[in-house]
Amino acid sequence: MRFEYFQMIDRIVALDLPARSVRSVGLVPKSSTIFEGHFPNYPLMPGAFLLECMAQTAGWLLIALNGFKAMPFMAGVKDAKFRSAVFPGDALEFEGRVVHEGSGYAVGEVKGRRDVKVVCNAQIIFTIMPFPSEEFRRALFEWAERLEVPVKELAR
Amino acid sequence: MSATFDKVADIIAETCDIPRENIKPESHAINDLEIDSLDFLDIAFAIDKTFGIKLPLEQWTQEVNDGKATTDQYFVLNNLSEQIDKLIAAKGA
Repeated sequence: MRFEYFQMIDRIVALDLPARSVRSVGLVPKSSTIFEGHFPNYPLMPGAFLLECMAQTAGWLLIALNGFKAMPFMAGVKDAKFRSAVFPGDALEFEGRVVHEGSGYAVGEVKGRRDVKVVCNAQIIFTIMPFPSEEFRRALFEWAERLEVPVKELAR
Repeated sequence: MSATFDKVADIIAETCDIPRENIKPESHAINDLEIDSLDFLDIAFAIDKTFGIKLPLEQWTQEVNDGKATTDQYFVLNNLSEQIDKLIAAKGA
């Protein structure tokens, strides 16, 4: 994870388009200026960041499903739960699935785990919009390749 | 009033916290009930799930933006209910 770039997952480890499911992993950094404020002498991964990890996990699945043609933007969150404190150095795995693909929107459900323990979960609704520019799309391709998303196979 | 309208009205009441008695077949979702686009996403999700359809929101928006349709055609609730009935019928055809 690179908090300063808001790159909240390190790798997509499984992507199953027919099953509409995805798994990602992310290592919480051992040090970050974020931990100086959250909290002094008691560093904790903010719940808002865990939510972003879940949104990015489902977001990559949605981008893969639409063949890298459009961008999901988080529009709403339901039933978000942060069940356990997450600390610097924790290795997290996120497991997401798309439960509904509507017209111009989609709904995903994601869980985050540390080992077998679920530390967070949420239902997230996304609006699906065209990429704002070709440069944006290219930047996203590069980002996806860093996450080991098989961009060339998926892009249509 | 159709059974479809009743279900749609129940969904709107629950999703947007609008008193059920204020939701009428002639109500316009945007102009009368003041439902915004984000809340309408939740309504669309509930409608899609309840009726097993996919409301073609992108197509409707495009038609309205192009001047080929008015928002009344899709967002007055008895019209919306008729559109849902058509989508259900098309699914079964």
